[in-house]
Amino acid sequence: MDLSAINPVLFVAGFLVAATPLIFAAIGELVVEKSGTLNLGVEGMMITGAICGFATAVETGSPILGFAAAALGGALLSLLFAFLTQITLANQVASGLALTLFGLGLSALLGQSYVGIKPPRLNDINFGPLADIPVIGPILLTHDIILYLGIALVAATWAVLKFTRAGLILRAVGESHDAAHALGYKVVRIRTLAIMFGGACAGIGGAYISLIRVPQWTEGMTAGVGWIALALVVFASWKPWRLLLGAYLFGGITQLQLNLQGAGVAIPVEYLAMSPYLITIIVLVILSRDKSAAPACLGRTFHASS
Amino acid sequence: MIRLEKRPQPSRAFSLATPVLAVIATMFFGGLLFMALGKEPLLAIKTIFWEPLFGEFSFFYRPQLMIKGAPLVLIAIGLSLGFKAGIWNIGAEGQYIMGALFGAGVGLAFYPAEGHYIFPLMVLAGAFGGWVWAMIPALLKVKFGTNEILVSLMLVYVAEQFLASMSLGLLKNPEGFGFPGSRNLQQYESAFNADLIEGSGMHWGVVAAMIAVIFAYVLLSKHRLGFAIRVTGEAPRAAKFSGVNPTRLVLFCLGTSGLLAGLAGMFEVSGPAGQVTIDFNVGYGFTAIIVAFLGRLHPIGILLAGLLMALTYIGGDIAQSQLGLPAAAIQVFQGMLLFFLLALDMFTNYRLRFGRTEVA
Amino acid sequence: MTDTPLLDLSGLTKAYPGVIANDDVSLSIAPGEVHALLGENGAGKSTLVKMIYGLVKPDAGTMHMFGAPFTPSEPRAARASGVGMVFQHFSLFDALSVAENIALGMEDAPKMGALSQQIRDVSDTYGLPLAPDRVVGDLSAGERQRVEIIRCLLQQPKLLIMDEPTSVLTPQEVEILFKTLRKLSAEGTAILYISHKLEEIRALCDSATILRLGKVVGHCTPAETSARDMAEMMVGKLLQTPTRAGKSPGEVVLELANLSVSSPNAFGMPLRGISVEVRRGEVLGIGGVAGNGQDELLAALSGEMLSTPGMIRFEGQNIGLLGPTPRRAMGILSAPEERLGHAAAPDMSLTENAMLTAAAREGLESGGILNWGKARGFAEKIIETFDVRTPGPSNAARSLSGGNLQKFVIGREVLQRPDLLVVNQPTWGVDASAAASIRQSLLDLAQNGTALVVISQDLDELMEISDRFAALNEGRLSEPRPAQGLTVEEIGLMMGGAHGMEVAHV
Repeated sequence: MDLSAINPVLFVAGFLVAATPLIFAAIGELVVEKSGTLNLGVEGMMITGAICGFATAVETGSPILGFAAAALGGALLSLLFAFLTQITLANQVASGLALTLFGLGLSALLGQSYVGIKPPRLNDINFGPLADIPVIGPILLTHDIILYLGIALVAATWAVLKFTRAGLILRAVGESHDAAHALGYKVVRIRTLAIMFGGACAGIGGAYISLIRVPQWTEGMTAGVGWIALALVVFASWKPWRLLLGAYLFGGITQLQLNLQGAGVAIPVEYLAMSPYLITIIVLVILSRDKSAAPACLGRTFHASS
Repeated sequence: MIRLEKRPQPSRAFSLATPVLAVIATMFFGGLLFMALGKEPLLAIKTIFWEPLFGEFSFFYRPQLMIKGAPLVLIAIGLSLGFKAGIWNIGAEGQYIMGALFGAGVGLAFYPAEGHYIFPLMVLAGAFGGWVWAMIPALLKVKFGTNEILVSLMLVYVAEQFLASMSLGLLKNPEGFGFPGSRNLQQYESAFNADLIEGSGMHWGVVAAMIAVIFAYVLLSKHRLGFAIRVTGEAPRAAKFSGVNPTRLVLFCLGTSGLLAGLAGMFEVSGPAGQVTIDFNVGYGFTAIIVAFLGRLHPIGILLAGLLMALTYIGGDIAQSQLGLPAAAIQVFQGMLLFFLLALDMFTNYRLRFGRTEVA
Repeated sequence: MTDTPLLDLSGLTKAYPGVIANDDVSLSIAPGEVHALLGENGAGKSTLVKMIYGLVKPDAGTMHMFGAPFTPSEPRAARASGVGMVFQHFSLFDALSVAENIALGMEDAPKMGALSQQIRDVSDTYGLPLAPDRVVGDLSAGERQRVEIIRCLLQQPKLLIMDEPTSVLTPQEVEILFKTLRKLSAEGTAILYISHKLEEIRALCDSATILRLGKVVGHCTPAETSARDMAEMMVGKLLQTPTRAGKSPGEVVLELANLSVSSPNAFGMPLRGISVEVRRGEVLGIGGVAGNGQDELLAALSGEMLSTPGMIRFEGQNIGLLGPTPRRAMGILSAPEERLGHAAAPDMSLTENAMLTAAAREGLESGGILNWGKARGFAEKIIETFDVRTPGPSNAARSLSGGNLQKFVIGREVLQRPDLLVVNQPTWGVDASAAASIRQSLLDLAQNGTALVVISQDLDELMEISDRFAALNEGRLSEPRPAQGLTVEEIGLMMGGAHGMEVAHV
């Protein structure tokens, strides 16, 4: 075992990368849940985004187009969920599960001919001489645009929810769809838009795994990140900045266990690999006491009966 | 403009018709999918649904129906109890794995001793393994209010890693020339879950599935506990008012579904699969979710849905070898089925009204 | 007042499947007029105002505002035309602040800071004190109503619709509300005032339109019409007042000693030191504004909420730690306020709903095995005895009308011969004749020696059937007093006077 093989600078830079898929998927789901809808299909939308992004990037040679396609793919898949839960008023838990099962199958089907291919690389942003600043440079300034976009998205979501009328309306719909309806707000339309936003974000998160973090395509490669994202929203008490913090925590743990595997620690690989899931459970236990932050209408079906 | 209007009471006719309509819709759109993949749609559908039952090699496939259907039905029956009460065990796949590991572990611990006591002990151990794994989310939910969906699902990944560790470590066949995987239980008479009638596919797991169906039917229609499950799902406050103890219900529903999933895993590892390997689990725990919904959470419905789902597995395999239909296409096909079911289910509680726009 | 009416409705008709909610309804309102819309539950008042507010489109008929056609396609359009509405069930968001709630109801809300100032201004002008930054979930019912009113007033409406505004207020708060409304009316704002409380209408309104079964059955000037005449127009037949025989209460059945329980809900009300005794054959009426601990008190008595031993005694036994099932076996039965989802499971049949609470006492189960035949028989007996209008016991609870389901729910408990019966809002949303029969069945029960706790927000009802009266306020119960001879002022003070109105007295 050789712990000195873990370079702290590379480790931190690595966990920023590891956290990014989670940030995208979780901030999208946060917006969806703020609107009062629980979409358990994050995993399915992520994996769909992962293959849509991968295939598009390989075919066009442009990683950025890949990310755009991933967002589109995730949003399109989420429309299925929106249709089931908002139009046909199906149970949200069941519909979300259906989305995940379907997404896993669909991605496997789409990805058959892409196994074993290397995708085009998305270049890191060139910060010029700034990147040469010791420690800070290699950690913070050697990444691709999507990673920074993720952080910006968290900030933007926070600002929109807190300061804008659109954010207020979104929160209101999540708190009481009946009251929002009585005031004349289009509950179904607002929720559908939120669900599509969540789908697009999850898609980008998935593509970040297949295009940047791994980068290659294998079936089921999201390996539960979508579910961890769902847990992260609970962990964050539906607050964007806490979500960012949580994502880094999980990213750190993931990166650490990978580094430990690489360093040949005496713990068997399998037990290291299960640690992110176990820690998710522990965190859920610690934070589940306080449910007051949850949107009051979360998971409830809305039907305008008047 | 079309709008939805809530029916004064749920429609029985639609409740029964929905699964059938969903299967038809899935066949139609599945056919389109197969066409898009460059396959002859009618041939593909026939290969999947007809070939295993009445084709040339149906003598071989029909027993397979039992073998694949039994774990699906066994798991889905357990899940349906919880789903009915609004308790969501999504981690049956993990409980299935743990049941297999516990069951196989006990069996292998006796190797090479022979005795009639060994198989029953394995059954108990398998049930216990699944039950324990499901009691983790159950106890956390009861004690801390933790979301059982997320916890049970996280435990699937944990169980998969545990499975990998076991098949590479503790349970690895010492005479296996270094290959991962345990001894083959099919070659260990006392631990082998063999066909009760040679070549029929009727192993103990099938018997267990039948018992589970009957047990669930009686429980839900005749017993106070089943009534408590139904009321809790329909109206949790009314259930509490009537005296249902939600804590006990969570423990019962999650525990029972874990136990049944564990049994399914144990019967599988000691019979059709034969050994513990890294890729022992093939997603029965997740497919059983579809089975439970397709069967409308009703025991008899689940029995039929389980057989149908088993058919798509077997037919899918045939289509894969004969037509080159990718395995993932069947997965999409199964996912589609759940979509159509959920969408069409709307007609049970609502009807469409055509007419002037209502400000909604 | 000008000659062109502010709002003129003519021939409005709206049908829902199986029921004509509004049939050829016409009325007109002048600027500054306070116009009462009077009718029983189900008479079509709500549908009518929803059409004016753009929530529902009429099938036939026309609306004019100041002579111009008025066809609001959505509430936004109605608000833009100067129609404001205060809902009966508040359209408020518990987790949001007062200012945020108000901003949501406005078309072009100013910045939060400016809006807060406007809220303070309006609340000063009209004597409706309200802090803009408070979270709405923490407000009392009266304060919540003020949020709605201020939300409307900020839009400077020409017409203010108020749907049953006083049902959540103490008598003192009603007075304050009336002052505000009179002031608005003097400034030229017309008010459409929906109520079934006759005395209020006589005190406040200039004119009244009476609806019955969707049709206009008369117009009148309330000040010149007796309450009895209006009641007869509204109900269409003479009401039977429940009869009660004089009686002397028996021994103590229920004893609450300093009952304190915290509420399981985030915005619920804890019970604080409630002490009271209820005797055999006695009706204890408990009044109070909604949200002051009514649900919690019922839950603590039914066994849904457990309490420290010693706080609740039934026939001398400590029952604080017993759940609903053992309490039922002892003879403590209850009927909660919320019919659908609490007292009954909406999608389940009446037979199954009979099983819900009657399994033990009616012998519908033995050793865990349910006897559905017997349950069906019991459901039929309830339907028969309480005149529940339904095709049969296999129909789902949600298919029944509110009044019929309420009769079923109350009947289910009454027929199980309770020793103690606790009911919350026994006649809420029920038509007058069903209400009268429910009250009569409660009085008959008391006559036969059952101890009754009747929780209600309908003071008339409580005065009619209670032997003693007490009020819940902030989770505390006032000292019970004999119901006979209590004045409205005394009751109002027991209910806590005017909540949070200290500023207004200055």
